[in-house]
Amino acid sequence: MNHLLIAPVVLPAIVAPFIIMVLRHHLSLQRIFSLASTVALLAISLVLAVQATDGTVQVYELGNWPAPFGIVLVLDRLSALMLLLTSGLALTVVLYSIGSGWDARGRHFHALLQFQLMGILGAFLTGDAFNLFVFFEVLLIASYGLMIHGGGTKRLQAGVQYVVYNLLGSTLFLFALGTIYSVTGTLNMADLAVRVAELSPDDTALLRVGAIMLLLVFAIKAAVLPLHFWLPASYANAPLPVAALFAIMTKVGAYGILRMYTLVFGPEVAATEGLVGDWLLPAAMITLAVGAIGVLGSREIGRLVAFGAIASMGTLLIAVALFTPESTAAALYYTVHSTLAAALLFLVADLVMERRGGDIIAQRPMAQTGLIASLFFVGAIAMAGMPPLSGFVGKLLVMDAARGHDLVWWIWTVILVGSLVTIIGLARAGSEIFWKSHDASHIDDPEPELAGNDERAELEQGVAPTPALPFIACFALLAGLVLLTIFAGPMMDYTEATAAQLFDPNLYIDAVLKRVEP
Amino acid sequence: MEILFASAVGILTAAGIYLILRKRTFPVILGLSLLTYGVNLFLFATGRLMVNAPPVLNKYAEVPYTDPLPQALVLTAIVISFGMTAVVVMIALGAYLSAKDDHIDMVEDTKRAGDDA
Repeated sequence: MNHLLIAPVVLPAIVAPFIIMVLRHHLSLQRIFSLASTVALLAISLVLAVQATDGTVQVYELGNWPAPFGIVLVLDRLSALMLLLTSGLALTVVLYSIGSGWDARGRHFHALLQFQLMGILGAFLTGDAFNLFVFFEVLLIASYGLMIHGGGTKRLQAGVQYVVYNLLGSTLFLFALGTIYSVTGTLNMADLAVRVAELSPDDTALLRVGAIMLLLVFAIKAAVLPLHFWLPASYANAPLPVAALFAIMTKVGAYGILRMYTLVFGPEVAATEGLVGDWLLPAAMITLAVGAIGVLGSREIGRLVAFGAIASMGTLLIAVALFTPESTAAALYYTVHSTLAAALLFLVADLVMERRGGDIIAQRPMAQTGLIASLFFVGAIAMAGMPPLSGFVGKLLVMDAARGHDLVWWIWTVILVGSLVTIIGLARAGSEIFWKSHDASHIDDPEPELAGNDERAELEQGVAPTPALPFIACFALLAGLVLLTIFAGPMMDYTEATAAQLFDPNLYIDAVLKRVEP
Repeated sequence: MEILFASAVGILTAAGIYLILRKRTFPVILGLSLLTYGVNLFLFATGRLMVNAPPVLNKYAEVPYTDPLPQALVLTAIVISFGMTAVVVMIALGAYLSAKDDHIDMVEDTKRAGDDA
């Protein structure tokens, strides 16, 4: 067994308690350890990604218990891609929070961040449905702490809503798992796939209920309409660097859908045939539409980016819902793109918030307005999906993958009109914030109020920020987007291979259950 | 026994959902607790209901046994829901103390005058 496979879970699980128990009064040491752990995670993910490129499915049996009796961790191309994306994103978020002093505005930021990483990476690696639930809870409980980091009335109120909504989601997850277990008698994903395929189609009413409840759980995580209500308020009121990290959390939901509904409830399974795509596709289109309208209607920059993230989840889930190898490859490409783009815009929004407050109205110009405006411009281009950045390539791939589908004209219309509305919304926000502020009539206005006293108090609490580090983090994300555009060809080769692997679940099942080739 | 068990799960879940739809945080948290009790019982029943059967296989004699896995799942679920309830109580207390208001939604203060349902 390759013990490197469990390192992405074990490393943050050791570093986080160490930070809490030993380094709780040493902020600079916390920063060093958190940064070192994140860099190490990135290195581990790189090694694992290289190992996964040859198409083998690696299995790690915890405690050496063979599947399906023990819990397994499974590394295939999809897991490796998501690991790499998560640890890369985490590194920029850690750099940004150190540079902007956000980590000093409350306690235990770095420990919570490491626990969050443990949960996310574990969720991507696990091969057991109940273990997936446990890792979801790990990442959620850490995210509750991060979400209210720094305190403040509005943030706490939004935090209550976020926690309640996600607790409901967790309960639904348990109901779904219980239902599936009562029908199949197993929770190992590979074993589930075997058992579900063996069920006779007349005897699957309960299983279908379980499958739909599970879909609802992942839809809550992925913020699919009409289950998206938690997202705008939580992301806009969370510390924005944390919101940038949360950009990967919606992708955990999309990952869950991709994993469970290709492996267990796959397209060929008679019991649940056509059950998911038919429901998910319209929901995803409405999600995109509402996200775009939300971008247009936002009066506050955090909400603007949050709705942009919802819109990009809509595009992503349209591609997922088609459930063909081509569309899945496009969805994976778009996943990487939309995570980086949303994170970049959240970080830029934080730069704006720190300097002038988040309201989208003309105020006096802020410091470094040219640099921030350019970053916002580039991030907006990426998020709206305009050339030359990878959003354009991604949307083109999604639309191309939809070509053979019955609803192709609907899909194209929604994606194109959605992009147009998003562009208008982002352009309006950008010109209000960055251009109209230079209008002479505003210069004489009194000092603008920051959004509330909470924020001002936060600013004063923070230690002197390192001015360059936040920009380095933003440019790192931007570099990721540019690389994703330049190397779109090799990247597509990888995602197509990933999709091929997903749509041939026997590879996965054979590896986990150690079935010998007949 | 099945009817008793099933109706217990159903009533707990229904009461939980009703309370979650209330306006103030305290009933909502109570509702969440009831809902987790409901789901714990439900998980317990997924291994089929058996009376007087140990959750271990006996290799010397043919005695009935019950499925041990749901019991392990319920233990995990109880621990997690207990921890989560503690977290949500703390965050709700924080929000209540700093906002002087325990409504679950975030309506502006001006809109709340006279609305105390």
